[in-house]
Amino acid sequence: MSKLTPVLSAHWDEADSFTIEAYTRNGGYTASKKALAMDPDAVIQLVKDSGLRGRGGAGFPTGMKWGFIPQGDNKDHYLVVNADESEPGTCKDTPLLMANPHVLIEGCIIACHAIRAERAFIYIRGEVTHVVRRVNAAIADAYKAGHLGKGIDITLHIGAGAYICGEETALLDSLEGFRGQPRLRPPFPAIAGLYARPTVVNNVESISSVPAIINNGAEWYQSMGTEKSKGATLYSLSGHVNNPGQFEAPLGITLREILELAGGVRDGHQLKFWTPGGSSTPLFTDAHLDTPLDYEGVAAAGSMLGTKALQIFDETTCVVRAVLRWTEFYKHESCGKCTPCREGTWWLVQILRDLENGTGTEADLEKLLDLCDNIMGRSFCALGDGATSPITSSIKYFREEYIAHVTNGACPFDPVKSTLFAGAVM
Amino acid sequence: MTLDRDLMQTIIKRYPRSRSAIMPLLHYVQSVSGYVTHEGIETISEILAIETAEVSAVATFYTQYKRGPVGEYHVGVCTNTLCAVMGGDAIFSALKDHLGIENDGVTEDGKVSLEHIECNAACDYAPVVMANWEFYDNQTVESAKALVDGARQGNPPAPTRGPNKLVTYKQASAVLAGLDDGLAREGVQAGAPTLLGLKLSKEGK
Repeated sequence: MSKLTPVLSAHWDEADSFTIEAYTRNGGYTASKKALAMDPDAVIQLVKDSGLRGRGGAGFPTGMKWGFIPQGDNKDHYLVVNADESEPGTCKDTPLLMANPHVLIEGCIIACHAIRAERAFIYIRGEVTHVVRRVNAAIADAYKAGHLGKGIDITLHIGAGAYICGEETALLDSLEGFRGQPRLRPPFPAIAGLYARPTVVNNVESISSVPAIINNGAEWYQSMGTEKSKGATLYSLSGHVNNPGQFEAPLGITLREILELAGGVRDGHQLKFWTPGGSSTPLFTDAHLDTPLDYEGVAAAGSMLGTKALQIFDETTCVVRAVLRWTEFYKHESCGKCTPCREGTWWLVQILRDLENGTGTEADLEKLLDLCDNIMGRSFCALGDGATSPITSSIKYFREEYIAHVTNGACPFDPVKSTLFAGAVM
Repeated sequence: MTLDRDLMQTIIKRYPRSRSAIMPLLHYVQSVSGYVTHEGIETISEILAIETAEVSAVATFYTQYKRGPVGEYHVGVCTNTLCAVMGGDAIFSALKDHLGIENDGVTEDGKVSLEHIECNAACDYAPVVMANWEFYDNQTVESAKALVDGARQGNPPAPTRGPNKLVTYKQASAVLAGLDDGLAREGVQAGAPTLLGLKLSKEGK
């Protein structure tokens, strides 16, 4: 039996999968019909019972989040879908929206009904023109077909290049027309979110998972996954592997199993390090091939499941170079609101640049760890925390490689060997 | 080119509160002028009844809003870790040499501008190059050079996952302002890596 369980991806191989015709042909918009006939609280209970947890990184139970919205408060409620997929390594929502935007729209209808919201916003990153076209056209087609506009409306909002807007409160500020900077919590969005109204912010994959749960039931969803991590999810495999791609599998599958399906690490090379859930999750090595990729399993091994973005690097990759590049990213994307993150990421880059080019010292390693200690947990949001993950984990597993840069006075790696076209005529 | 104030009002009407329209309005300004002009900032401030400084504060926060003209084809090379390691650094360096421009530079003919970009959510297609924010997957130095050469001759190759023909920067900016260009049905629904898991499961693996 296949280890894979395509649900979200089940019809992606049909050439017109993104159209309303294909979605309807494959049973689309039956779940929303069913849900709209249910009591909203029963919909929330069903999603709670399914065990669905947020697929945007944090893994918070989706039904519980919906349940936090105060009822009978005579205020507008909002659903905001986070489609600002920008975490390095993360590439699941973008192909999902390209191939089947209607499943998200149907999920929005169900979620709006459950939390008694009349309007949903889909906040999509601005650097994906064709995905914007597909989602915009899908919304228009859903209006034409009468799925939207009868008590539930969807507005598409398009970002403009800021990783921080994937953080839910920065996203809300951005959607309100401000610079995207995180808010201090409490109040949480469930109480005072968009326009200070009760708001649920959910990831694309979380909301898109809901129609199948409504149609097939909580027990069906619970039958997949592990004790506390229920269901199936999209694992995104990239990097030095023979066949990268999307693998929809029950939570708890291991990297060893996914690599087997993908034809392994590229021929003639070995796994060196990898991220389980994007660059903000501490690095793993070949010692973690059999770690169950569910929320608990990855946490117990010292990292986070995050967005299930499995970025694979083989032995040709310099870990110091990799970590420097991620750190430059965090420095660039720090919104500047909190001093530890804004200043700290700047200093991390300076020290890592010295280390990478061979002019650093061993004492720099302690300085890096000290800086990380002073960034971690000291800002409004998790961007700064994420910036420390690759640094602390790489020093833990590859301290000798950092020191080799110091003693060599230069990087001991040839960057050409790690390219996809290594050896090809340039 | 002048800004269509009626069209700008229809963008504002999408939202319960007008200020939320700043971002699509800025994309719209770029669709008319190619970048965020001073006139654009002033017009947005007027119709939203907020200070120009508030509009500028937003415009300068987001990297996609450009403060000067970019090329008709704006090319972004992903140099975040995974793409960089897989060849993005080599592609970016080769394009700088080939075009004779630096990061954020524009060719003299105004056809191509170049920028190193962060992760664009297509890691299973690395190394990735974007042109007017359309996907050019699995790039090499040669294919990226062919892309910019074609763009300079007004005949760029089609995106890997996108419409049949690459639209201009201004046209793409209109899409990002939420305006329909009728091209949503063009192009593939998915590339091979997107479909790999599904294919393997159908083979019983």
